[in-house]
Amino acid sequence: MKDFEYANPTSVKAAVDLLSDSWGNTEVLAGGTDLITSMKQGLTEPTRLVSLKNIKKLQGISKKKGTLQIGAATTLSALAANGDVQQHFPALVTAIEGIGSAQMINVGTAGGDLFQRPRCWYFRQGYGLLGVYEGKSLIPEGDNRYHAIFGNAGPAYYVNPSSLAPALIALGASVSVVGDGGEREIKVADLHTTPSNTGQREFSIEPNEIAVAITIPMNGLKNATYEIRQRRGLDWPLVTASVAFKAGSIVSGTNVVLGHVAPVPWRSSAASAALNGKFVNAAAAAAAGEAATRGAAPLSKNGYKVQQVKVAVKRAILAANA
Amino acid sequence: MAKSAWPEANRRKQIGARIARHDGPPKATGAARYAYDMNPKGMLFAKMLQCPHGHAKVISVDASAAEAMPGVAMVLVEKDKDGEFPATTFDGAIIATVAATTEEIAEEALSAIEVEYEMREVITNDREHGLVSGRAAETGDAATVMDGAEVVSEGYYGLPTITHCCLESHGQVCEFRDGELYIWPSTQNVSGYAGSVRTAADLPNEKIHVDVQYMGGGFGSKFTAGPWGTACVEIAKATGKPVKLMLDRAQELKSAGHRPSNFGTVKIGLKKDGTITGFHSDVWGTNGQGRFAQRAMPYCLKEIPNIYTRSQGIVTNRGSVQAWRAPNHPQAAYLTMSALEDAAAKIGMDALEFLKKNLVFGDVDRKDYWAEELDIAAEMIGYASKAHPRGDKTPGNIKRGIGISFHLWGGKGGASACDLTINPTGTVGAKIGSQDLGVGTRTCIAQVAAETLGIPIDMITVEIGRNSYPASGASGGSTTIGGISTSTRDAATKALNVIMANVAPGLNVAPDKLEAWDGRIQEIGNPSNGLSWQDACKSLGQMALTKQGSNPTEDGTELTTADVGGVQMAEVSVDIETGIVTMENFVAVQDIGLIINEKLAESQVHGAMIMGVTWALYEECVYDATTGKMLNPDMEFYQLATLGDIGNFQVKLMDGEKYQSRGVIGIGEPPAISPGAAIGNAVANAIGVRVPELPLTPDRVLQALNEGGMV
Repeated sequence: MKDFEYANPTSVKAAVDLLSDSWGNTEVLAGGTDLITSMKQGLTEPTRLVSLKNIKKLQGISKKKGTLQIGAATTLSALAANGDVQQHFPALVTAIEGIGSAQMINVGTAGGDLFQRPRCWYFRQGYGLLGVYEGKSLIPEGDNRYHAIFGNAGPAYYVNPSSLAPALIALGASVSVVGDGGEREIKVADLHTTPSNTGQREFSIEPNEIAVAITIPMNGLKNATYEIRQRRGLDWPLVTASVAFKAGSIVSGTNVVLGHVAPVPWRSSAASAALNGKFVNAAAAAAAGEAATRGAAPLSKNGYKVQQVKVAVKRAILAANA
Repeated sequence: MAKSAWPEANRRKQIGARIARHDGPPKATGAARYAYDMNPKGMLFAKMLQCPHGHAKVISVDASAAEAMPGVAMVLVEKDKDGEFPATTFDGAIIATVAATTEEIAEEALSAIEVEYEMREVITNDREHGLVSGRAAETGDAATVMDGAEVVSEGYYGLPTITHCCLESHGQVCEFRDGELYIWPSTQNVSGYAGSVRTAADLPNEKIHVDVQYMGGGFGSKFTAGPWGTACVEIAKATGKPVKLMLDRAQELKSAGHRPSNFGTVKIGLKKDGTITGFHSDVWGTNGQGRFAQRAMPYCLKEIPNIYTRSQGIVTNRGSVQAWRAPNHPQAAYLTMSALEDAAAKIGMDALEFLKKNLVFGDVDRKDYWAEELDIAAEMIGYASKAHPRGDKTPGNIKRGIGISFHLWGGKGGASACDLTINPTGTVGAKIGSQDLGVGTRTCIAQVAAETLGIPIDMITVEIGRNSYPASGASGGSTTIGGISTSTRDAATKALNVIMANVAPGLNVAPDKLEAWDGRIQEIGNPSNGLSWQDACKSLGQMALTKQGSNPTEDGTELTTADVGGVQMAEVSVDIETGIVTMENFVAVQDIGLIINEKLAESQVHGAMIMGVTWALYEECVYDATTGKMLNPDMEFYQLATLGDIGNFQVKLMDGEKYQSRGVIGIGEPPAISPGAAIGNAVANAIGVRVPELPLTPDRVLQALNEGGMV
């Protein structure tokens, strides 16, 4: 790990002022579960770390005008333990529990979960986010068993690693970010982007912007997350599905969002459309699962994920309705 | 004279007892000090630069910038014996080692070394037969091996390369003092370790002092110092400073040892009644650049009338092999036992019945044990009520199944010597140049000494882990328990005989009419004629008594034998929609001869079963085919089972006179052989099709279901 300066500001403004306007010069330290390892591996070599630990404004969960506001530095375990979250957003609780490590969720934060870097093993072994070697991505002909089956026409093949993003998108959440131009609101659905070259990062925020809060509308949507993971503990999901829909005699307003299948959390409008107007039962859930696979283009080693998408969507819908 | 033969069952208090390991508290509290914890004053930190390419030739190495960095003490560039840069044939081959005053400086210096590589063609694929090969080894006649068969069952099976993934990585701390070398390595070969650093140290063995009080796993990969060991010694010698060089996790997984892969086809010829008539196997695999050796096939059933086997190595750009817990047995068991259950399924015969019928072809030393153990395992797992033909027909997406495997191993005690000292106060010390790999060696030595002398175990002090103690063999081949139990028993018996000779005249009996029991030396059959152990030891006067015992014993008494068998049955459930396999129940039945410590022996079996679940379901070295880069040199994607993944374990150690009379036999390796085969067979029984390759990950399970038309 290269030497770096450690900054410990107590206000959002001070933190923003300490950040560089180009990626990688400075890094934001929240829980550090991803960042510290990345620095040890030389994947990022910032000259300054800006810790968010002592910024009180970033902590805590509160109800405000029919929404739930979650401070970006709230730990994942605090989020999962919150009564309102448990009552209204089981999709989030399941996603957090799925991380499968008490240590990780006690330290990791809600904001950190959204901004962690992809787990792609080509990226982690030093070939960059796009897995490029001698001018060409290694991934399409390489070992892509954990890679994308949607949105993978290139140059990006990795999958978005966030546990919370699919659930937050399904619930219609947004993120407040503060930069030197002030505060702005971004839909979580618009937070992640697909880079077109190795110099870019996979977020729609600026390098010197900080997420301060996540806002989730409390509008009574039924919701759930279903994860397919091989191990019981401490493992990345192979495929996840988060769903939210309006309860009623028939379903409306469905949002189906898949995780770990594309460079961004993947909204499946086909699955949503398939469920809208239906009674929720096993057949309707299965049909939505089938619809969710539409457009899937598996790489050489990840065809199994198509089958898992079907199942995850079906089970998430049935869980939301239970 | 007391005899060194093991005491009868009714004269044992310590042997076979469930005594908690003595090294538990120091490990749990952190008091135990491992190689990593050694920090001699003025120590340098050494780090290695490894080749980042799968295959390259080093053209030049410029370390001048690194050498000039403040804090850098030395840069050692790897050269072969002709002074040339060595071939770098895998991702992780060592290029240079840097020693500096801090870890951070050493790391930074590594990145300042400029290496020019000439890239070479990379081959990591070991799944394609005959890709690059040495000469094939062949036995039998392929043309006639299936003659007389009424049915032929054929399948393809495979297991990838895996690593040892020791929790404590390889490495050591060393220091030259007064012209002698003091070294704290992580090794499973305390008495033999000096030989592998002798040349680098330029010292004779007796001037190399090895100290290993605790170590965190070896599994066959830590017999010698390795290139990092010799580099560490060379730097310490050149700089005159202590040096620490421990591998990081990526280096550990890339370069510290692998288990060779095995892939191949197996054909079994049989009569319609289930009698096997012939066996045909064609197997290949890789040992990196090393020579490939396959365990003789078929595994266990070597008396099948017609056998043809072929095996061939594939040379790949992967790290080389180190012995992996029961070398080559797990692979042979997986290929053979999978093929056997597939053959049973093909003729619609119950797998247990099929195996029992064909035990007639089993290894003669073990087939009776297997027969007995198969019945016990079946009872433990509830085979009679749970077994079903291949393919669970229960409605729903969760399918359950049971699979079987059996195995064999030697396990006779290795060479060992023990110095046992009785103090005039009655306390006892035992010294052996052996090591505790985490299995409870200290505890077992104390038990045997206490049993022999008839005294409480807390009167025994055990010292191991130094090569200044009497030499004892490496912990490999499950030879440790037989070796140290024998040498301890032998030494304690010799010492006891001196005490008995001293006190016999005062008790007015011949020494051979005395026994050591209940803290007393007393007349056999007349316990009131005796004295306390402490009083007996006063006969030594001022000086302690030391006797050396050994394995093999000088008088030829056999306290350890070989040739164990074992049976394992696994019960799994499989979600056929997601491909996820869940361990439900896992039963291990194992004969091990005379059990020294039942709790520790069971613990060894548990460890083997956890390791087995891991390689059956999760473990695999993954390489990029273009670059030869290992893609998962971390514990995020090189996955091990967590506690939530292992299901319920049941262990039955065969016991009773028939087994005890065989003497002590090692148990480290045998229970690590069958898990993959038993779990693979359970999955096939559950879902109705064979998943040919381990690990049984969801992608492989779904593919097999898909190809089998099951979903």
